[in-house]
Amino acid sequence: MSPQPQAAVGRPVSRVEGRLKVTGQAKYAADQTASGTAHAAVVDSSIARGRITGLDTAAAEACPGVLRVISHRNAPTLPYLPNRGSLNLPGERLHVFQDDRVLFHGQPVAVVVATTLEAAQHAASLVHVQYTAEPSATDLTSAPADEPTTYARGDAAAALASAAVRLDLTYRLSRMHHNPMEPHAIVTRWDGAELTVWDKTQWVQSTRDELAAVFGINPASVRVISPYVGGAFGNAARCWPHATIAALAAREAGRPVKLVLTRRQLYFGVGYRPAYEYRLSIGSDLQGRLTASVHDLRSETSRYETFAERGVLVPGRMLYTTPNVTQSHRTVPLDVNTPTPMRGPGYSTAAFPIESAVDELAHELGIDPIELRRRNEPENDQASGLPFSTRRLRECYTVGAREFGWNRRNPKPRTTRDGDWLIGMGVATAVYDTLRAPAQAHVRLDARGTAVVESATSDMGPGTYTSMSQVAADALGIDVPQVTFRLGDTTLPQAPVHGGSLTMASIGSTVQDGCDRVRQQAIALAVGDERSPLYGADPAAVVVYDGRLHVKGDPARGETYRQLLTRNDRTHLEATGSYTPAQSRASMHAYGAVFAEVAVDARLGMVRVRRMLGVYDAGRIISPKLADSQAIGGMVGGIGAALMEHTVTDHRDGRIVNANLAEYLVPVNADVPALKAIYLNGRDDQADPIGVKGLGEVVLVGVAPAVANAVFHATGRRVRHLPIAPEDLL
Amino acid sequence: MPIESPVPAAGEEYPAGLSRRTFIAATAAAGGATASGLLAEPAEAAEAAENGRVSLTVNGARHATTVDNRTSLLDLLREHLGLTGSKKGCNAGACGACTVLVDGRRVVSCLTLAVRLNGADVTTVEGLADGDLLHPLQQAFIDQDALQCGFCTPGQIVSGVGCIREGHTGSREEIREWMSGNICRCGCYPKIVRAVEQAAGRK
Ligand code: FES
Ligand code: FES
Repeated sequence: MSPQPQAAVGRPVSRVEGRLKVTGQAKYAADQTASGTAHAAVVDSSIARGRITGLDTAAAEACPGVLRVISHRNAPTLPYLPNRGSLNLPGERLHVFQDDRVLFHGQPVAVVVATTLEAAQHAASLVHVQYTAEPSATDLTSAPADEPTTYARGDAAAALASAAVRLDLTYRLSRMHHNPMEPHAIVTRWDGAELTVWDKTQWVQSTRDELAAVFGINPASVRVISPYVGGAFGNAARCWPHATIAALAAREAGRPVKLVLTRRQLYFGVGYRPAYEYRLSIGSDLQGRLTASVHDLRSETSRYETFAERGVLVPGRMLYTTPNVTQSHRTVPLDVNTPTPMRGPGYSTAAFPIESAVDELAHELGIDPIELRRRNEPENDQASGLPFSTRRLRECYTVGAREFGWNRRNPKPRTTRDGDWLIGMGVATAVYDTLRAPAQAHVRLDARGTAVVESATSDMGPGTYTSMSQVAADALGIDVPQVTFRLGDTTLPQAPVHGGSLTMASIGSTVQDGCDRVRQQAIALAVGDERSPLYGADPAAVVVYDGRLHVKGDPARGETYRQLLTRNDRTHLEATGSYTPAQSRASMHAYGAVFAEVAVDARLGMVRVRRMLGVYDAGRIISPKLADSQAIGGMVGGIGAALMEHTVTDHRDGRIVNANLAEYLVPVNADVPALKAIYLNGRDDQADPIGVKGLGEVVLVGVAPAVANAVFHATGRRVRHLPIAPEDLL
Repeated sequence: MPIESPVPAAGEEYPAGLSRRTFIAATAAAGGATASGLLAEPAEAAEAAENGRVSLTVNGARHATTVDNRTSLLDLLREHLGLTGSKKGCNAGACGACTVLVDGRRVVSCLTLAVRLNGADVTTVEGLADGDLLHPLQQAFIDQDALQCGFCTPGQIVSGVGCIREGHTGSREEIREWMSGNICRCGCYPKIVRAVEQAAGRK
C-alpha cells in the first residue's frame, strides 16, 4: 500500500474530459476532417455463401468525384502475414478483396473512394454484383458443431441420477450486437511507407499490429491515434476488415481516406455476442444444496474463425458449491461473420441459465432464493482449489436485501398486483474474474508541480482519463487538475487491450508505480540537498501532499516540488512505471447481487422494469462518481438483454433483417426507471497493487436473470430464453 | 423548415435487394418525396443540376454556400463547416446523436436536407456555451456525470435544451418520455434526467 495520503482516490471527481465532451470538442475518429481526405463507402454482399461471378463498376466509376472502385478484380495481393496478437483467433481472419469467395451476408465485396461522401455513397449503390449462391447455414439450432471443450469433476451423471431434486432445463440466448453509439470509423493516411491511422479502437496496438501484418510492413511504420472512443463494449478490441479496406483505399487513391461504417454494416462488419443454446441439469438435496450440474452449450461462430466466449464455463465451476460438474461447450460454424467479446463476456451468458435455474430450484423447494444461494456459498474455488482473494457475496445479498426491501416480497408468484400490473421481484448473482495484464506508463513531473502521465490505453467511456488522474494525483501528492493523462496513441508506452475490466488494475498499478518512482526521486533529491528543510530526513518518512514534500507528522518541515526542482535547476523529473501481474495464488473475482422489480401488464404481457439495485464487491473504488455511472450503464445494458435485444436473421440468405436501431431495440430513457448501485467499501490487496477488482463487466452480469426471475415472480411464467417478449407472457 | 425525408438521407441504408434507383422509384410510387434528378439515368444525373445554393445561420455565423442536393444538414455541419460536435449514430433518424435546433426546434439533422434550409437558424452543441461559460445544461451534464463515452452527449444536450424550452420538464417521467429520442448506449439515462432537471430548475 502506498504511504501517500489518499486525497483524490475515492472522491467523487467529475470527468476530467467532461468539458470537451459537452461542448462537442472531443475529437472521435470520424471527426478528423483534414482537407483533401477522400471518403470511402463499402459495398457488401447480398448472399451468405457462394462466389462473385460479375462485378460491374462502370456506372460507379462514371460518377463525378469517384476516384477508385476497388474489389477482388483489381486489388493488389496483400501479404496478410501471421499475427498472433491483435486478439486474432484460431482459423484465419477474413481477407478483403483477395478472391471471389463470399463467406457471409454483408461481407465487403468492393469499396468506392470519392472526393465527397455523397459521391462515394451514391456510387457504391451503383456497383452491380452478381453471385452464384451456394447453400448456406446460419441457424445455430440445426447446424453441426465442432468438437467440444470439456470439463469434469466428480461423477455428475451418478449424482444427478440420485439427486433428491433434479431439473433439466434448456435456455436460449439471442445474438446481441454491441451497437455503441459511435459507428466504427477510421481515417488512414500514407506518407510514403509510413501509415498514420485515426481509429475507433480499444487498443491502438491491436490496430497497429494487424495493419502491419496485413500490409507486410514494420509495426514501427504504423501510428495509430485514438483519443476518444464513443463506446465499444468489446466491439473495438479487434481490428476489423474495414481497417484494411481504409488503408488499402488510401494507398490506391493516393490520399487520406475516411471510412465510417453505416449502422447497418455494424451488424456484420464487426463482431457480436453469439447466440447460445444452453442445456443445464442440476441436482440438489431437499435443503437446496447442489450436488451436481451438467452444462451443455452450443454457440455460433464463423466458418473462418473459431470464437468461444472466454469465461463462459467458469461460473458453472466456481460460483456455487457443487461436488459433481460436467461441462461441454461446442462452437457451431455458420456462414456468418465472427463473433467477439461483448461486455461481461461468457460470465453474463452463463449467468442467465445458472441464475435462472437456481431460482427455479428455490421455487421448487420453497426456499428463499437468497437463502438457497447462501446454502451453496463455497469456502474456496472448487475449480482451482485456490482460496478466494476476497469474496463478499453474502454481504452483497445482506445489504441488497435490506436496501431493496426484499422481506416485503411474498414468496408466492403472481400474488402482488398494482391495478392491471403484476408485480414481481427477482435476484441474481453477478461474477466476473479479475484480469490484469502487463503495462507501462511514463510520468513526467515538471518544476511547476504539474504532471503528464502517458500510457497507450483507451477510454471508451468508463473514465480512464479521470481515474488515472486520480491515482497519479495521490501517488505524486498533487491535485487532480495538475495531472494530464494521455492515452490512445501507439507512440505512448505499451498497454494491454482496454477491455475485460483490466484497465484500472493494470494501468492504474503502472501509473502508481511510475508516480511512486518520480515522488521517490524528488524525496531522494530533497533529503540529500543541504539547502532543503528535508535534508537528512528518513526518505521513508517523507510524504507529499498538495505539491509539498514534508516529514510525516511534522508538516512544518518541508518544501514544494517547485522550490526543490527550481533550486536544483531541474526542469522536470521523469520515470517509466511498469506493472507485471504476480502469479495469482488466489481465485480473484468481482461479485455482485442484482435486485430487480418488474411490473407485467396482465393482459398485454408488457414488462416494465420498475427499479433495480446492484450491490457490488469490486474491491477498491477509485472514482466513485464514475463507478456509479458504470453500474447504472451495466443495468441499462442488462435491461436491453433481458427484454429487447435480439438479431433476426433470414436463414434463406443470411440477411439480418433488423440491422438498424429502429428494429433492433435497445433501451431508451423511458425504459429506464430508478436504478441504484452500492459498492461495498474495501480493497483486494492480492489482486493488484491498487486493490481494485474491475467493475465494467460485473455490472452487466446478472442483470438479465434478475429481471427474468422477477418476471417469473410477477407472472408465475418461466421464460427460458432472452429476450423475454410480451408474447411469451400471454 | 426541416424536411423529415422518408428516404435515407445521403444514399445509405437501403433495404437489401433494392438498388438506389429502384428504392427511390418504390418510395416515389408510394408517394414519398424525392429530390429531383435522382430518377434520371446516371449519365444524365451527372449533368443535371445536383447542387443548390443555401444561405443559413449556424451558431450565429452566416454561411452562404453551394451544397450537393444530397447533403444532409449533419454532413454539411460535419464535413463542410468543420462542426463535428453533432454526431452520426445511425443516419436514419433513430438515435438522436445528430440532434440540432433549427429555428428553435429540435430536429435530427441526418434526415434534414441542407439545401432546404435557406434562411434557417441552426444551433449545434458548439453554439450553446457563452464563451468560457458553459450552458447550464452542459454544466449539469458534467455535475451529474450524465455522460460516459460522450458520443451521444451533444445530441442529448441539444435535445435537452429543446426539452426544457418546450416545457416538458414537469416530472422525471415527463423528461424521460421527451428525452427518449436520444439513445445512450452507455446507459446514462437516470443521470441525463437529473441533468435536465438541474438545468430546468435554474431557469
Ligand atoms: S444520426 Fe441522426 S438520428 Fe441517428
Ligand atoms: S455517453 Fe456513451 S452513448 Fe451516451
